[in-house]
Amino acid sequence: MLITQIKSIKEIIKFGIKKIFVIKCIGCKEVYFPEKDVDNLINELTNSNIEIIQTISTEYLCNADFSKIISEKYKSQIEYVDSILIFSCGVGVQVVSSILEDKLVLPGCDTLNIPGYQGLTSQNFNCDLCGECYLNYTAGICPITSCSKSLLNGPCGGAKNGKCEVNKEMDCGWEKIYKRLSKFNLAKKQIDVVKIRNFLKLQEGVIGEKNETV
Amino acid sequence: MKLSELFKKGKFVITSEIGPPKGWQVDKCIHEAETYLKGKVDAINVTDNQSSVMRFGSLATCILLKQKNMEPIFQVTCRDRNRIALQSDILSAYAFGIENLLLLTGDHPVLGDHKDAKPVFDLDSVSLIYAVKKLESGEDLAGNKLEGEPPKFCIGAVVSPCAEPLDPQLFKMEKKIKAGAEFFQTQLVFEPEKFVKFMDIVKKNFGKVYVLLGITILKSVGMAKYMNENVAGVFVPDYLIEELKKDKEKTKSGQTGIEIAAKLIKEMKPYCDGVHIMPLGWDDKVPHLLELAEL
Ligand code: SF4
Ligand code: SF4
Repeated sequence: MLITQIKSIKEIIKFGIKKIFVIKCIGCKEVYFPEKDVDNLINELTNSNIEIIQTISTEYLCNADFSKIISEKYKSQIEYVDSILIFSCGVGVQVVSSILEDKLVLPGCDTLNIPGYQGLTSQNFNCDLCGECYLNYTAGICPITSCSKSLLNGPCGGAKNGKCEVNKEMDCGWEKIYKRLSKFNLAKKQIDVVKIRNFLKLQEGVIGEKNETV
Repeated sequence: MKLSELFKKGKFVITSEIGPPKGWQVDKCIHEAETYLKGKVDAINVTDNQSSVMRFGSLATCILLKQKNMEPIFQVTCRDRNRIALQSDILSAYAFGIENLLLLTGDHPVLGDHKDAKPVFDLDSVSLIYAVKKLESGEDLAGNKLEGEPPKFCIGAVVSPCAEPLDPQLFKMEKKIKAGAEFFQTQLVFEPEKFVKFMDIVKKNFGKVYVLLGITILKSVGMAKYMNENVAGVFVPDYLIEELKKDKEKTKSGQTGIEIAAKLIKEMKPYCDGVHIMPLGWDDKVPHLLELAEL
């Protein structure tokens, strides 16, 4: 069962989003999708003067073909907003982020774990079910799976010619993250953020206090 | 003595480093430090299982240096220890009078001699700096109160001024400064123009932060080429490689490398707050280099 926990509103509005398009992914039949919590959060966002252009429910966002169809279908709405807020596992967010290169794609949930079932997961993106989705800090590129050291606070300085120190075949995830952060002017905004992993979240099924950043 | 006190006095700070041996008999390593570095440099950085190769420990070596009246800089990487062990070792160091830290993320284990080891990276350089600042405030990372007086360190970090692209480096550098880094030791520099440009950006954007220029003595053409191919953020320009090629005997003796290093130091001295010499085994050549660089 895929278990997700909805992020706190503070974590979502942190970097100044204004107009958003919301996608709920209710694809995996096994998923525990806290629909009520999501609707509450959407209400809270509206109350915080964030304009929600449209909210859609869909399936299997992790499948790039499905995601592309959705992006086409809602093209005019998506063009109008500054960010896309997605309630799905980390893979879904990464897939949409890679399709909508010019939009900031934010995760609305933290993905906790998927014992035994993984939906129609894409081959190109990985989610390690780390328990606190960092994609909002990393402009939609997963630091846990795209960086060999799973670093959260920036590149290690070991990359040469854009390649990771561990594997010359692999792009340095953090150089890509930095590039995308700069595109959205997000690097400066998080210069005093210190991210630290919460490994307690890896304990099976632990839905604990919401993650807050120091 | 904290390095920050020297910086504040306006001293051009000189540091060097030693790498502990693969084995427990450290006498030779300590003796070399005493012979070639003591009295000539302000502090000695002790590497932490450098290049992910398992060796004698950094903390124990720092304690031995301290006992011989040398000022150690305790290098701590995040590769091998989780946040509990890191905080514990850093507290332990303080009890032995070790006040200077150099905090880094560390190389990945696959670069070393235990490739199958678990890469820890529970914290990274930024969060480790943050953790030390927490200890200094009298609390651990989890927010529990420390007994007695909190420690007070001088916190150093690293940066790579010649890296391409440079912007991600500056982003991380600024994060380290915000987290509490007081000084930076740079990756090896062979390109003064790039360094001057880097220092210009640092001064303009980050205000006062102390920077130690990273310098080594080039041993051979092969070494220069190897670094160009494999070491992140290090570029030895062609004209220096030509200089090494000119007189084979002179290069072999170390004289060419020393002259190049001295020239580089002199050229960049006006732009930084000190120099960090990485002798990479050539500790015995450090005194001559310092002399030639007029330090
Ligand atoms: S940060 Fe990466 S591993 Fe963690 S939940 Fe998001 S996509 Fe998954
Ligand atoms: S080189 Fe890049 S991807 Fe590789 S460990 Fe360092 S930051 Fe991560």
